[in-house]
Amino acid sequence: MKHLMRLAALACAATVPLSAAAHKMFLLPSTTVLSQGSDAWITVDAAVSNDLFYFNHFPLALDHLAITGPDGKPVAAENKHTGKWRSSFDVHLTRPGTYRIAIVNDGLFASYVDAKGEKKRWRGTADKLGEIPADAKELRISQSQGTLNTYVTLGKPNDTALKPSGHGLELAPVTAPNDLYAGEPARFRFLLDGKPARDLKVSVVAGGTRYRNAQDEIVATTDANGEFSITWPAAGMYWLSASLDKQPATIAKASERRLGYVATFEVLPQ
Amino acid sequence: MRRLTGFLIALGAGTSLQAASVQLTLELPRIEVSEYHRPYVAVWIEREDRSVAANLALWYQGKEGKDAQSGKTEPGSKWLSDLRQWWRRSGRDQVLPLDGVSGATRPAGQHQLVFAGDKPPLATLAPGSYKLMIEVAREVGGREVVSVPFSWPPSAPEHLDAQGSHEIGAVRLDLDP
Repeated sequence: MKHLMRLAALACAATVPLSAAAHKMFLLPSTTVLSQGSDAWITVDAAVSNDLFYFNHFPLALDHLAITGPDGKPVAAENKHTGKWRSSFDVHLTRPGTYRIAIVNDGLFASYVDAKGEKKRWRGTADKLGEIPADAKELRISQSQGTLNTYVTLGKPNDTALKPSGHGLELAPVTAPNDLYAGEPARFRFLLDGKPARDLKVSVVAGGTRYRNAQDEIVATTDANGEFSITWPAAGMYWLSASLDKQPATIAKASERRLGYVATFEVLPQ
Repeated sequence: MRRLTGFLIALGAGTSLQAASVQLTLELPRIEVSEYHRPYVAVWIEREDRSVAANLALWYQGKEGKDAQSGKTEPGSKWLSDLRQWWRRSGRDQVLPLDGVSGATRPAGQHQLVFAGDKPPLATLAPGSYKLMIEVAREVGGREVVSVPFSWPPSAPEHLDAQGSHEIGAVRLDLDP
């Protein structure tokens, strides 16, 4: 049972939820704007929960954690720990600028009927496709690309770590992701494989859902340029998500691709 | 000739600025709490587009501080980003300490700052509309921002008042042409 639930959490992590009502995966940084130059640290929690930002469902696996420093180079997480309800890790910010902290999932799901006529499911990556028996019938492979993100800035922000890779569903900030203030509009741009992702539905939910009776979801739609703007109603931590399905796959044997982007943003008071 | 006239006008403007001065009286209220730390304070002049025309004062703990409970030392600059607006508009672009601007934290009470029009940073302040900005953040306490709009240079002596509600007391700005 425990194994099954763990598998479910992993599957959840790879697919990215589609609506504000689903389980929410998140990275929660201890702070996002830092002034200390000499020895700056943050700590980050990673979890799947029903409520933002509380730990009440599952810890997130940290296997695909990718931290990009202000110079574009990878930064190693320290003190990684996975507990009952959350995972956590520390990040040592050794140089000024903006860091992107992400969990990057790029996987495949397959369903097929094996030689004995039994329905089977398989999950893995492109290089492990050989695990599926050659005589599998009704084979259906779908590709899933999702990222879970948050951003922190030590000193002056820069955008080296925010440069889009041109793969998957990505957020290209127009407003710096650590320059968000209550009552001010912020503008972001979504890209699908490096091109503007137009008519994409973007969902934003403020943290603290346990202490109110509605999700109070803010919904925006991207324009022809892939851009949308949001005026933050109040200071706090916000969870932003967008997803796409039925997109052409980038792996030959997969029939379709699902994509997701989730980020946690901190909005500061005026 | 035209160039010379321009030069003379500039010179004339320069001399009128020379006499101008700005006097700021800032009250840090006495706050009765069991754990009181002197606040971090930033005072700056903001342009209409909210960019910073001049930093006037920055009071913070420049040295490392030792936490009474844990004994751990931390640089006082760690908390500068709690002056959120100043940090965003100016602090994060600066190399600290700011020459002639940075200073130690100050106790509760009235503090006077005087700036001469012919000296930096006012000597290079272009004529226009500005806001004097005061931001105060106190460890385990509150944060407050008070702004006082003014025009530069003043044509007549001007006295402007503002009042904070918790971390800032009475603010008085005197402009002399």
